[in-house]
Amino acid sequence: MPTENPEEKLLATNVQVIDPGPASVLAPGHTYDSVTDKIAGTVFLKWKNTPKGWIIGALISFAIVNVLLYAVSVLFLKGVGIWGINIPIGWGFAIINFVWWIGIGHAGTLISAILFLLKQDWRTSINRFAEAMTLFAVACAAMFPILHLGRPWLFYWLMPYPSSMWLWPQPRSPLEWDVFAVSTYGTVSLVFWYVGLIPDLATMRDSAPKLWMQRMYGVLALGWRGSIKHWHRYNKAYLLLAGLSTPLVLSVHTIVSFDFAISVIPGWHTTIFPPYFVAGAIYSGFAMVLTLIIPLRSWYKMQDIITMRHIEASAKVMLGTGLIVAYGYTQEAFFAWYSGDPYESFMYWNRMTGPYGFTYLLLILCNIAIPQALWSGKVRRNVPLVWCISIVVNIGMWLERFVIVVVSLTRDFLPSQWGTYIPTGWDIATYVGTLGFFVMCMFLFVRLLPAISIFEEREVVHHGGHGHVEPAYEP
Amino acid sequence: MPQLFRPASNTIAKGSIAVVVLLLGGTLAVGYITDRGSWMTFVQVAPEQPIPFSHKHHVKDDGIDCRYCHTSVETSHYAGLPPTETCMTCHSQIWANATLTQPIRDSWATGRSIDWTRVHDLPDFVYFDHSIHVNKGIGCSTCHGHVDEMPLTYRVNTLYMNWCVNCHREPYKYIRPRSEVFNIDYEYPANQEVLGRRLMAEYKVKDARTLTDCFTCHR
Repeated sequence: MPTENPEEKLLATNVQVIDPGPASVLAPGHTYDSVTDKIAGTVFLKWKNTPKGWIIGALISFAIVNVLLYAVSVLFLKGVGIWGINIPIGWGFAIINFVWWIGIGHAGTLISAILFLLKQDWRTSINRFAEAMTLFAVACAAMFPILHLGRPWLFYWLMPYPSSMWLWPQPRSPLEWDVFAVSTYGTVSLVFWYVGLIPDLATMRDSAPKLWMQRMYGVLALGWRGSIKHWHRYNKAYLLLAGLSTPLVLSVHTIVSFDFAISVIPGWHTTIFPPYFVAGAIYSGFAMVLTLIIPLRSWYKMQDIITMRHIEASAKVMLGTGLIVAYGYTQEAFFAWYSGDPYESFMYWNRMTGPYGFTYLLLILCNIAIPQALWSGKVRRNVPLVWCISIVVNIGMWLERFVIVVVSLTRDFLPSQWGTYIPTGWDIATYVGTLGFFVMCMFLFVRLLPAISIFEEREVVHHGGHGHVEPAYEP
Repeated sequence: MPQLFRPASNTIAKGSIAVVVLLLGGTLAVGYITDRGSWMTFVQVAPEQPIPFSHKHHVKDDGIDCRYCHTSVETSHYAGLPPTETCMTCHSQIWANATLTQPIRDSWATGRSIDWTRVHDLPDFVYFDHSIHVNKGIGCSTCHGHVDEMPLTYRVNTLYMNWCVNCHREPYKYIRPRSEVFNIDYEYPANQEVLGRRLMAEYKVKDARTLTDCFTCHR
């Protein structure tokens, strides 16, 4: 039997691209075949049929990646002096961006692990995509602490190994805990993502139009034949990995918050930091998911698979976690007053009215005021508006890290230690560069791999499009 | 539709796991061996010198004390390299016409020092003082080995930081009575652990916490 070209089938598919609205995770009329052809078909699209948005976006992001490479090369040649950091503000953009990126990654793990264990039907269409987003965000995040090292080529000193100096990394430093938290997170996320891909890679192998593609996906599919034994093991492995990832959703950003909370700097030394950082991470993560899936579903005409149900549910999670973040802000302000500590209360007053006061105002506007519009169902179902709010939240969460890092460091205990932080062009180039790197990775991902889990969509079809997810494990 | 993979592919796929493991392990092993081997550490490697000076001959055969040439070892950070005059105390009389000792006489005649190649060269970011070690009971041979058996001088220790720190953490394992510091044949007694701790107290050697402070060596 000759291999049918899935692209032709995609173009010929008679399932209408309509958004079934907030009640359903899949448009009516889809069959096992149609979801398979549609998702696999987007990967096998010929270049001439690739959406214009993809081509333009990929080119722009590739140009920005070159900006990143240039900025990093100059950094390696000249050192961190090209950035705006100087004592007392030793952290600056690098740490702001690290925390921001690692936070964005959290949505992927939450969607794939926690929503899987909670059997949420709207997880299915966006989990693969969100996991990929997690991986690329962690890659962007991991760059910054290493670039921020004075001698980045000695980054391996962060790992404990029997060195010729007989010195080990300082186990009492939360920066060292970060090394383990982030590397564990990156590894588990990668394995989880790859294991979830295996059955789909086999589908891709079986439907690829060219021999070299079949071979490529065949190697990646690791000999998956879809036997009952394979499925049995797959389900067990996936459940175990979901269980393993679940604590990571909470632990990683908790440890990142320790970078601040363990210190004694006013505005950092707060017990509310871990939960409020985790909530902020999920908040920004869902904002990024929405920022990315809304244009992609429109370019690839995927409104029938990524439906209003997914967008609305993500918007609700954003609203909920945003409220936890707002609670964190009020608690910070409350304790600044209630502690009676002059440094703490000065810090908060300075945060609101000091030289960087405008960032705090913008932060409250972006993170608390504007997202309240999501209480309204009309706003949640207005796709362009949700997209705009998701961008606003991304900006707000970045500002939150800016306020925490910069405002506290510029106003230390002694006025003689006060300083000012102004980012340089290199700071901005490096940050924008990682954005380009992230977006380029996402573009390559949707071009090369099925961005939506095909076999899980077939399960959705099996359950009549109501998205009932089969229990993963029954004892 | 033809088969995508030949039957041998299964074996190749399984074998690739072993290849990855071996490659990773091999890379680590090569790195480790390079880092700890004499290619990097110069242990047992005698550098070329203007005169093939033999510690074996001068120390063992002639019985010259270390301090005859390395005069400042007890009072200075620098043990001291002997000036040409020191060589000439003997070599103006012995081997006074030998070709081997010609560079000494050239140096004597011109006033230009002999250009020895340093065997033990610590990095410049390390503060090291010979006198404190010698006065607290660390013998020459503890670090420099049996120089009386070296026809050409070479290192016996890596001078890596782990080697320094190893002793700074547990000095009682290496300390000896002051009277034995220059005894190259000194052997540690069976009760070294007890003796070492007693000598540490007697010589007021600081505790391991102070001895391994960054500032002790990196000033």
